[in-house]
Amino acid sequence: MTFLGMPLMRSKHAHTDLPGGQGNIVETEPFPEVSHQHLSNQQLRTNIGHATSSIRDKRAGVVAELDDWEELREAGSRAKNQVMANLPEYLVEFEENFTAAGGTIHWARDADEANAIVTELVEANAPVLANGRREVIKVKSMATQEIGLNEHLETQGIDAFETDLAELIVQLGEDKPSHILVPAIHRNRDEIRDIFMDKMPDAGKLTNDPAVLAEAARRHLRHKFLTTKVAVSGANFGIADTGTLGVVESEGNGRMCLTLPETLITVMGIEKLLPSFDDLGAFLQLLPRSSTGERMNPYTSFWTGRTEGDGPQNVHLVLLDNGRTRALADEHGRTALNCIRCSACMNVCPVYERTGGHAYGSTYPGPIGAILSPLLTGVEDEANGSLPYASSLCGACYDVCPVKINIPEILVHLRSEDVKANHSPVSTQLDTALTGASWMMGDGKRMAAAEKGLPFAHKATRGGQINALPGIARAWTSSRDIPGLPEKSFHQLWAESEGQAESEGRTDHDGETENGGDEK
Amino acid sequence: MRIALFATCIVDAMYPEVAQATVSILRRLGHEVVFPEGQSCCGQMHINSGKFAQAEPVIANHVRAFTSTEWDVAVAPSASCVASLGHQQPMVARRQGNEALASEAAEVADRTYELTQFLTDVAGVTDAAADLGSYFPHRVTYHPSCHGMRLLRLGDRQSSLVRSVEGIDFVELPLADSCCGFGGTFSVKNPEVSSAMLADKVRTVQATHADVCTGGDASCLLHIGGGISRFERTGSFGGTPDVTAVHVKETSSTDAQGHTAEKLTTVVGADDDDHLTPGERGTAPAEPSRVQGFRVGQAAVHLARILASTKEDPLRVPGEGAEVSGGSLR
Repeated sequence: MTFLGMPLMRSKHAHTDLPGGQGNIVETEPFPEVSHQHLSNQQLRTNIGHATSSIRDKRAGVVAELDDWEELREAGSRAKNQVMANLPEYLVEFEENFTAAGGTIHWARDADEANAIVTELVEANAPVLANGRREVIKVKSMATQEIGLNEHLETQGIDAFETDLAELIVQLGEDKPSHILVPAIHRNRDEIRDIFMDKMPDAGKLTNDPAVLAEAARRHLRHKFLTTKVAVSGANFGIADTGTLGVVESEGNGRMCLTLPETLITVMGIEKLLPSFDDLGAFLQLLPRSSTGERMNPYTSFWTGRTEGDGPQNVHLVLLDNGRTRALADEHGRTALNCIRCSACMNVCPVYERTGGHAYGSTYPGPIGAILSPLLTGVEDEANGSLPYASSLCGACYDVCPVKINIPEILVHLRSEDVKANHSPVSTQLDTALTGASWMMGDGKRMAAAEKGLPFAHKATRGGQINALPGIARAWTSSRDIPGLPEKSFHQLWAESEGQAESEGRTDHDGETENGGDEK
Repeated sequence: MRIALFATCIVDAMYPEVAQATVSILRRLGHEVVFPEGQSCCGQMHINSGKFAQAEPVIANHVRAFTSTEWDVAVAPSASCVASLGHQQPMVARRQGNEALASEAAEVADRTYELTQFLTDVAGVTDAAADLGSYFPHRVTYHPSCHGMRLLRLGDRQSSLVRSVEGIDFVELPLADSCCGFGGTFSVKNPEVSSAMLADKVRTVQATHADVCTGGDASCLLHIGGGISRFERTGSFGGTPDVTAVHVKETSSTDAQGHTAEKLTTVVGADDDDHLTPGERGTAPAEPSRVQGFRVGQAAVHLARILASTKEDPLRVPGEGAEVSGGSLR
């Protein structure tokens, strides 16, 4: 089962020839359609607006405290670039150290392989209960969301219990996460109380007081922590030079899962490595400040293989590719793999703030999702090809990214990939208009000639403002008016007033004016 | 100094008065202005649509136009187009395998400035009233465009110059740093999301009760003005669900001089009380605020025209009978 994804990237394969990932990283239908229903949800808009704006303010506050924030970002970016440039070596180094410390490594090419490996491990280590099923408890994990592990396990007779409070809310509500850090961001307290009263058998009557809701969750989970034999986690970091894995979290429920069960199975993307333990100095400042707006996260757990008489004695790690090799081979997109899943980009994104996370159809929503999902699957996947357009390119995401991923530039790159993939052989009206504009604007004389039509257009529209247009332009006039056309372009005004005089006075120059008529 | 004006395609074709205002400002400072007439567009529209091959001839045209005339610096009344010259043109030329074009484009970009960047950093203008005779006795709010803020890092160059205009009543725009939702072809590829962003921008502009909303990019102002016009004309945006999480509250406060100053605060989303169910602790969830009594006759106008406005030749506002078309001040 050894599949070292990386060597491929150094072969002659173009990224477009490499296999894409699978699982919950595929948009179901194009973004403009799927965002429609979310835009009209007042509750969603209010909840997400409130949550993102308060996290945004908190983050800005704690980032401003550090004089060396930009240096930290630079250090984070440098460490990640170093890993991506040498990933095969770091993976081998990590495997050696993790194995030497008593852990077992499994390599998974894609979601199916990873799910099969975890299933096998659970079947070997978790007892069948009275209801004929097995159970595992889970630490909040993006990688297992990505591969759809819970859903797969369910079909294999295994119940996976989320222990992170927000993931629990999502799971009990038979819902999907809409934010990577605060998965239930689209729910408010009233909705959570209703979900708990409905789905927790022993909850009783609850109020919407956060303390009451947290207590209900605590009672619900405590029994699971003490009785379940197998836990499944993700990992924030894998340290190559020691073979150490790390999870940062806020509630301590993660630490319960990482320490109490007999067997611990971790699923981690191959890009999560850091060269050495020293690199954590930067990342443990960058991550909490960017993500929850805290100076330090409450629980930081590290484990190195197996420790006699302490914690799980049966320790496994599934290293997941699922399209990461493909993303890595894309020289213009690969820095997306530097992402440490802090979610700062979501919290500042004006598009995410209005559509919520579900509109992105992927475990990874918001700006990072708009680049990461298509990089993992390839833009050949047509619906994912719509994700790079789900941005006004305002650049707020790049400004806050703790590892300096230039998201707007990668969005533009992926749009060019989408154009190359040519999903609609029949040109849209917009394509046709852009082709015409390229021809016209590729030569100033053609542009000036086209603008000579302005006086006629001005006359035809009586200089009035334009409130409705047909075709593609209707997308504009659906909500915006257009000023009336000016009688003359600046080109014409200039030529009339000073251009004329100037070109006459500059006989030694190649006149560039239309009157100069030099076709050079 | 011999200054080449880069008018930008949208100003050239839609807002020639903005280019005229720019020329007027530059001449007031004693500079010679030339207009390389072969110019058309920076190519951003094609680049941001992923059409690199179609952008290449547009980039080549820009380079050809600006290398066939002698000039010291080029100035454009647009942060977005200037940013595209430096941040995108060389990258796209290189991706198209055209190294020569990439380095020529970078050279042109190096000497091209956004208007307020030139005024502040090169011409040393800090007081528009004193240095340019700028006069505009009206209430003005200001939208900093995303590319000016985040690509050119203009900081407070634009707002400082606008504030220094004689007679101006400058009022801060709530949530000013939020994108207006234009985004070039984003506005037609994702029209509903774009319109939802625009709707919130227009709500905040209305809350300022400003006569005009200004900014340094004609494209953003075309968008904001178009939204203002549509909302004032029809009372809705039509193209997007009428949903918002933005609440602008007007409060009065007393400033340092003891004057009562109007102050706008913004709340995004519900505050904690809004999570209570009706009747609980005697509070009802707040309805999303509708800005009351929106001002009829607001308009968008480029800051070059405010800076160019003087006592002798003042720019008129809608309340003085100025023509407004599609939300833009003519």
